[in-house]
Amino acid sequence: MEFLSYLISGISLGSVYAIIALGYTMVYGIAKMLNFAHGDIIMVGGYISFCAMNYLGLPSIVGIILAMLVCTVLGVVIEGLAYKPLRAAPSLAVLITAIGVSYFLQNAALLVWSAAPKVYTPIISGSLSLFGGALKIPYVSILTVVVCLVIMVALTAFTNMSKMGKAMRACSEDKGAAQLMGINVNATISMTFAIGSALAAIAGVLLCSSYPTLMPTTGSMPGIKAFTAAVFGGIGSIPGAFLGGLLLGIIEAMAKAYISTNLANSIVFAVLIVVLLVKPAGLLGRYVPEKV
Amino acid sequence: MKIRSMKRSTRTNLITYLGVIIAFAATVILRDSGGLSRSLTGQLVPICCYMSMAVSLNLTVGILGELSLGHAGFMSVGAFSGVIAAMSLQSAIPSDALRLAVAMLVGAAVAAVAGVVIGTPVLRLRGDYLAIVTLAFGEIIKELVNCLLVGWDSRGLHVALNLTGDKSIADLGLETEGIAIIKGAQGATSTATISTFTAGFVLVLITLFVVLNLKDSRAGRAIMALRDNSIAAESVGLNLTKYKLMAFVTSAALAGAAGALYGLNFSSLQASKFDFNTSILILVFVVLGGLGNIWGSLIAAAALTILPEALRQFSDYRMLVYAIVLILVMLLTNNPTLRSVLSRLRPGASKEKEAA
Repeated sequence: MEFLSYLISGISLGSVYAIIALGYTMVYGIAKMLNFAHGDIIMVGGYISFCAMNYLGLPSIVGIILAMLVCTVLGVVIEGLAYKPLRAAPSLAVLITAIGVSYFLQNAALLVWSAAPKVYTPIISGSLSLFGGALKIPYVSILTVVVCLVIMVALTAFTNMSKMGKAMRACSEDKGAAQLMGINVNATISMTFAIGSALAAIAGVLLCSSYPTLMPTTGSMPGIKAFTAAVFGGIGSIPGAFLGGLLLGIIEAMAKAYISTNLANSIVFAVLIVVLLVKPAGLLGRYVPEKV
Repeated sequence: MKIRSMKRSTRTNLITYLGVIIAFAATVILRDSGGLSRSLTGQLVPICCYMSMAVSLNLTVGILGELSLGHAGFMSVGAFSGVIAAMSLQSAIPSDALRLAVAMLVGAAVAAVAGVVIGTPVLRLRGDYLAIVTLAFGEIIKELVNCLLVGWDSRGLHVALNLTGDKSIADLGLETEGIAIIKGAQGATSTATISTFTAGFVLVLITLFVVLNLKDSRAGRAIMALRDNSIAAESVGLNLTKYKLMAFVTSAALAGAAGALYGLNFSSLQASKFDFNTSILILVFVVLGGLGNIWGSLIAAAALTILPEALRQFSDYRMLVYAIVLILVMLLTNNPTLRSVLSRLRPGASKEKEAA
């Protein structure tokens, strides 16, 4: 029974990682850049929904939608101002810019909302009792898993069937060829950032509902973990991000429960290293041989 | 006449050494005449550490061409092994300077071993995957040191790992006159601070000497050939693993020495000091200074360590300003229009471009 409850908390945490990792992986697939500011968008999403619910007294669903809107706009603006001028620049320059954006968001949040941690009110409270109270599943966990599954299915359908989704896949395959076929590459990349940021806002709300401390640095560690998850599953692959996130969450919860609380992150990262050594492109990633 | 007949790279190297020596002399004169503020004087040793961290990371990122996001991990390994060495040799080597040198050597050696351990399997990966594994390595080191309990008494070193959080320094069973060196998450406390600015200066010179000589040697040319086109380099008979590992381990060892100096500069030091953000900070020095450009790394490391201090008048806004400066510099240096203007200003640069 104990095992089951650890497993459930692992799956719930993993679902949050998966949602964040989806944003990472989509942006990486198209723009071929590691968007280090992604984790901080989660934090902004958390704060916006917090303010909407606690200061303005809006219902939680409105808070979530507001957070998604703000984050979407923020993501598109960041892309337009900071990343678009660097399309042709070396990838390290883009990476450093993304780090600059990450510092900017964290410090702006520090000024606006101060360093003192805010206690987040979960969007739903209470838990489901099973087996006569032996197993308690928080409703938040159930919601997180359901939301993650819905997003996953919707996103797969979107990229496979819609016109925009096809354009995205074309861009990630070959930007030049996509442009020749009449695809607006810049608009497609902006769209990807918009979707990724909206997902980050949802992840922020869910993350803060499970772990209710909100600080300007809240997004960093989940961001790094989700990035790891994306690489774990094979960066650029949507099912890979889902699988990677889920596995990472479960491994982390199990390591915390059974091996060591202090070394949980190390175990997660050690598993990642082993997986990458065996499968250098991640679990579901495609290995592209280098042409001479 | 003689200077003109020198090779271009030799001339640049000499200027770099000379620049460092002059900067050192000027700083010492300024410090002794009271021209430096207190906070800046305290920053002198860290600046030297960051300079040599930046130069050593430039070896991995600029010259070897592999992105490493865990350079602070090697610094951490060097710092804590250096602190352990210095504290346990306190009675054996009374001279502070000698003990510092030994500690830095120990730090470099342990970090080099860590470099071999992490480098051998990982350098087979490419690009962003290598980056994420080095990131993971940095985080693992941080957590391991957080669990580490080390004490020293007349019977030798005592080491324990605090895996579940229920052990403390008392569990090491130290003799009464024994000293606790590393106390888990509290880190190294009450370390005797023996680092000096002169030692930092020597470290920067040694780092420069090692990296510049490696760069201009046969091995260095092999490493750069691997960076530019690994398949072509392999097909002319260069051993990919050997040269990659050579650069990576050298870089790790130099970072370890810098870490030891850094660790012995503060009486209290936590593993969380060497986290992902520190790795990124050093990467920022390297990229802003210019990939493969050694003196650029030196200047960027010094300038960016002083900048947050100089921005102190903006108080709360200083990190915000720092972030904006970072983004703007990246945008401006990669602006095609600005680049072409700059290259027209420097007559030598356009020729180089054509040759490449």
